[in-house]
Amino acid sequence: MTSELQYIELYNEASDLIKSKSCPVMNTVRDEAFATFQRLGFPSKKVERYRYTDVDAAFAPNYGISLSPLTVKPSAYIYNIQEAPIDVTPYYHRIADHTDAITALNTALVHDALLVYVPKNTRVEDPIVVDNWLRGTAATMMNRRVLIVMEQGADATLIINDHAADKQRFLTTQVIEVFCHDNARLDLYEIEETTPLCSRFSNVYIQEGRDCNVKHNSITLFNGQTRNLCDVYLQGENSEVTLNGCAIATGSQRIDNNTLIRHEVPNCTSDELYKYVVDDKAVGAFAGKILVEKDAQKTSSHETNANLCASSDARMYTQPMLEIYADDVKCAHGSTVGVMDEAALFYMRQRGIPEAEARTLLKNAFMGQVIDQIKYEPLRQRLAVKVEKRFRGELEKCDDCRLCK
Amino acid sequence: MNEKNKNGKQNENEEKKPGQDSNELVRRIAEKKYEFGFTTDVHTEIIDKGLNEDVIRLISEKKGEPDWLLQFRLEAYRYWLTQTQPTWGHVHLPEIDYQAISYYADPTAKKGQGNKEQEIDPELMKTFDKLGIPLEERLALSGTAVDAVMDSVSVKTTFKEKLSEKGIIFCSISEAVKNHPDLVQKYLGSVVPPKDNYFAALNSAVFSDGSFVYIPKNTRCPMELSTYFRINARNTGQFERTLIVCDEGSYVSYLEGCTAPMRDENQLHAAIVEIVVMDNAEVKYSTVQNWYPGDSEGRGGVLNLVTKRGDLRGVNSKLSWTQVETGSAITWKYPSCVLRGDNSQAEFYSVAVTNNHQEADTGTKMIHLGKNTRSTIISKGISAGKSQNSYRGLVRVGKHADGARNYSSCDSLLLGSQCGAHTFPYMDIHNNTATVEHEATTSKINEDQLFYCNQRGISTEEAVGLIVNGYAKDVINKLPMEFAVEAQKLLSVSLEGTVG
Repeated sequence: MTSELQYIELYNEASDLIKSKSCPVMNTVRDEAFATFQRLGFPSKKVERYRYTDVDAAFAPNYGISLSPLTVKPSAYIYNIQEAPIDVTPYYHRIADHTDAITALNTALVHDALLVYVPKNTRVEDPIVVDNWLRGTAATMMNRRVLIVMEQGADATLIINDHAADKQRFLTTQVIEVFCHDNARLDLYEIEETTPLCSRFSNVYIQEGRDCNVKHNSITLFNGQTRNLCDVYLQGENSEVTLNGCAIATGSQRIDNNTLIRHEVPNCTSDELYKYVVDDKAVGAFAGKILVEKDAQKTSSHETNANLCASSDARMYTQPMLEIYADDVKCAHGSTVGVMDEAALFYMRQRGIPEAEARTLLKNAFMGQVIDQIKYEPLRQRLAVKVEKRFRGELEKCDDCRLCK
Repeated sequence: MNEKNKNGKQNENEEKKPGQDSNELVRRIAEKKYEFGFTTDVHTEIIDKGLNEDVIRLISEKKGEPDWLLQFRLEAYRYWLTQTQPTWGHVHLPEIDYQAISYYADPTAKKGQGNKEQEIDPELMKTFDKLGIPLEERLALSGTAVDAVMDSVSVKTTFKEKLSEKGIIFCSISEAVKNHPDLVQKYLGSVVPPKDNYFAALNSAVFSDGSFVYIPKNTRCPMELSTYFRINARNTGQFERTLIVCDEGSYVSYLEGCTAPMRDENQLHAAIVEIVVMDNAEVKYSTVQNWYPGDSEGRGGVLNLVTKRGDLRGVNSKLSWTQVETGSAITWKYPSCVLRGDNSQAEFYSVAVTNNHQEADTGTKMIHLGKNTRSTIISKGISAGKSQNSYRGLVRVGKHADGARNYSSCDSLLLGSQCGAHTFPYMDIHNNTATVEHEATTSKINEDQLFYCNQRGISTEEAVGLIVNGYAKDVINKLPMEFAVEAQKLLSVSLEGTVG
C-alpha cells in the first residue's frame, strides 16, 4: 500500500498549478477531496466494493499527469465547465460518493470538466456524442469529469466513446454526475474501445427526480483493466432506471462492474441486465446491489446477470445482491455462469458450420440480448457489427479510427 | 473456585421488576411464545469468569485430556488473541466481553459423588423430559439415539451399547478423547482448522462437550443419531464441538436441537461442527435451532455464532444440510461443504425465521474442487417484526472442478413493513465447464392467497401460518419425520402476533 504516496506528493507539488488552470467551483472542493483521499488511501480488496480489483497495483506505475485544457467543439449542449451557461455550484461534486477514494482522487486532480446541459422542456433529436481520445507519447494519467444536468422535461441521448490512439500506457479516472430533474429522460451510452495497456476507473452517479427515465449502457468492447461503478439514486416517485452492460474480455483483460440502485421513494422501477463473455485468461466481475429503503413501497426491481466462461483459465465473479427494508415490493435477481449449449453447437456442426464459427455465432447471440436493448437505431446496428467483429478477433485493428489514416 | 449455582425459579421473579407492569401483557405474550424458557434448579459447578491460559489448562484438566489436545487449545487461544471480532455480517453484534463469561459449567457434578455416569440428577432427567427428550431408552422414540448436552457437559448418551454392536461410535467428544484418541486426533480440526476464523479459534481454545460419531465402513446406521443442546447456567457460554466421521460406503442421519432459558442478557454460543465424508458415504445433518430469541424489545437472547463445515473427501460422497432457524437473537452461521471428491454431491436446505428484533445472517458455502460435483442450495427467509434476515452464500468452482453444477434459489418473504430481507450471493467461477445458476426473489405474502383463505373463513393469522408453512415446505420435507412436525409447529409459534 504505497501507491498513494506518489499522488499525495504530486498534489502537494502541483496543486497550485492545477488550481490556476481550473475554476473556482472546482477549486472549492479540491482540498477537502484531497484530504479524504489522503485519509482513505486506495481501497484494498477488503473493501467490499473493490473486492475484485487491485486498485493499488493499477495506480502503482509512474504516470505523467495530463493538464492540457479541454477543447470543446462549439455545440448547443456541451460546454467547458468554465464557460457554463448556468451556475453549477449546486451540481458539481454533490451526488458523487464522498467516501470513495477514486472519486476523491479525481476531484483533487481534475482541472477541467465537461458540462452537458439540456434546458427545460428541450428535446434533443440527434444524440450528443462525446469522443475521448487518449493520446500521448509517455505513460499518462487522465482525470475526466463530466457533469450532466437535465432540466425538467429535458430529453436527450448521450454517447461517450473512449478510444486510445497510441499504444501507450494510459490510466483514466472518470467521474460522471447526472442530475435528472422531474420528467427528464436520458439515454447514456458509454462505449470503451481502448487497448490492453489502458486502465480505467469510472464512477457514475445518477440522481433522478419524479417521473424520470434514465437508461445507462456500459459497453466494454476492448480494454486493459476496467472498473466501472454506477450508483443510481431514485429520489422521485414513478421514476425508472435501466442499467445495461455488455462486457467482452479476452487475453488478460479485466472487467469489473459494480452497481448500486437505491430506491429511496415508493413506486419506482429498476431493471438491470449485465452480460459477460470471458475468454482466455480474462477476469470478469459483477456486483450489483439493489437497495430498497424503508418507505419505498411498491418498488419493482429486476436484476439479471448472465455470464459465459469460454476458457478454462477465465474467471468470473458475480455477486447480485438485494437489500430490502420495505415489505410491499417485488424484487428478483438471477445470475448464471455457464457454458455454451452443446446441443446447439452439435446442431450447427452437423450442418457444416465449423466449430469456431458456431461458437462465435452462439456468443454473438448471447450478447445480442444486451445490444437489442439499445434504443438508438444507428448505434445499435453499429454495435451489433462491432460485437461480432470483436468475437472474431478483428476489432483490434481499430478500423474506424481516423487519426492515423 | 467452585460456585454453587442455585438459580431455580429465578426467571419468574426477575420478570416482575417494579415499574414494568405496563409491559406485563406484552411480556406474557412473549413468554408464551418461547415455551422452553424455564431454568433448571440443579447444582452446577461453574468455574470463575474470565479467559486466560490458566482457564484453558483448567478445562483441559477437568476433562482429563492428553497433552496434544491442551497444546491444540493453547495454540488456538494464542491465535485468537491476535485477532479481532469480525464485523462484516449484516447483524448488529454487540461488543462481547469475553472476560465476563464462564467457560465451563458442569450440571452433573455433585458434592461427594464421584461417578456421575451411573446416576443422573432427577432434575436433569425432568428437564430433558420436559423438552421432550427422554433419556431412558425404554421411553425413547424408537429409532433415535440421543446425546444430551447441558451447558458444558454431556449428561447422557442413549443406545450407546446397541450402536457399538455395529461398530458405531456415538458418544460425547470428551469420552471419545479418552476412548478413541487416535480417531479424534486424526480428524479434529482437519475440516475447520483452529485458525479458520475468530469464533473457530475461540471454540478450539475452550470447547467443552459435543458429540462424536464414527460410522465404520459399509455400515448403515440403524437409527437416527441426535444431540440435544441446552444452555442452563447463567453467565456461561456454550462452546460445543461435534465431529462426525462417516467412513466408506456408510450412511448416517444426524439431528441437532437446542434451547435455552429466557434471560435479559445475551448468552454466547460458538460451536464448531466438522463432518468428514469418505468414498460413497452419505451424511444427512439436520438442525432445528430454537435458542431463546430475546424478548419483543430485543433484550437478551442467544448469540449464535457457529462454524459448520463438511468435507466430502471421497468419491461419490454426499452431504446434506437441513436447517430450520427460528431462535437466537443473532444468528451467524454458514454450514458449508468442500466438494473434494469427484462426483460428490452437496445439498443445503434452510428456513430462517426472524421476528421482533432478531437478526440472522445465514447461508452456505459450496466449494467445488472435484470433478462432476453437484450442489443445490434452497434457502427460504421469512422476516417479521423489526427483524433483519440475510442470506449470504458462496459458490466457488475451482480450476480443476470440471463439470461442476450448482443451483441456488433464495426466496425471502416479508411480513410487516419494518423488517428487512437481504441476499448476498457470491459466485467465484474459475472453470469454463461449470454451470452455476442463482435466483432470488423477495416479496410479501400474496394478497390473493390471503383473500382466498379469508373468504373461506380462515382468519388472517391462521392463513399466514398456512401460507408460510406451504412456502417452507420444500425444506421441511427434507427433515426426518419427528423433526418436521416440530419444525412446522415452531414456524407458526415464531410468527404468532405478526399479523394485524
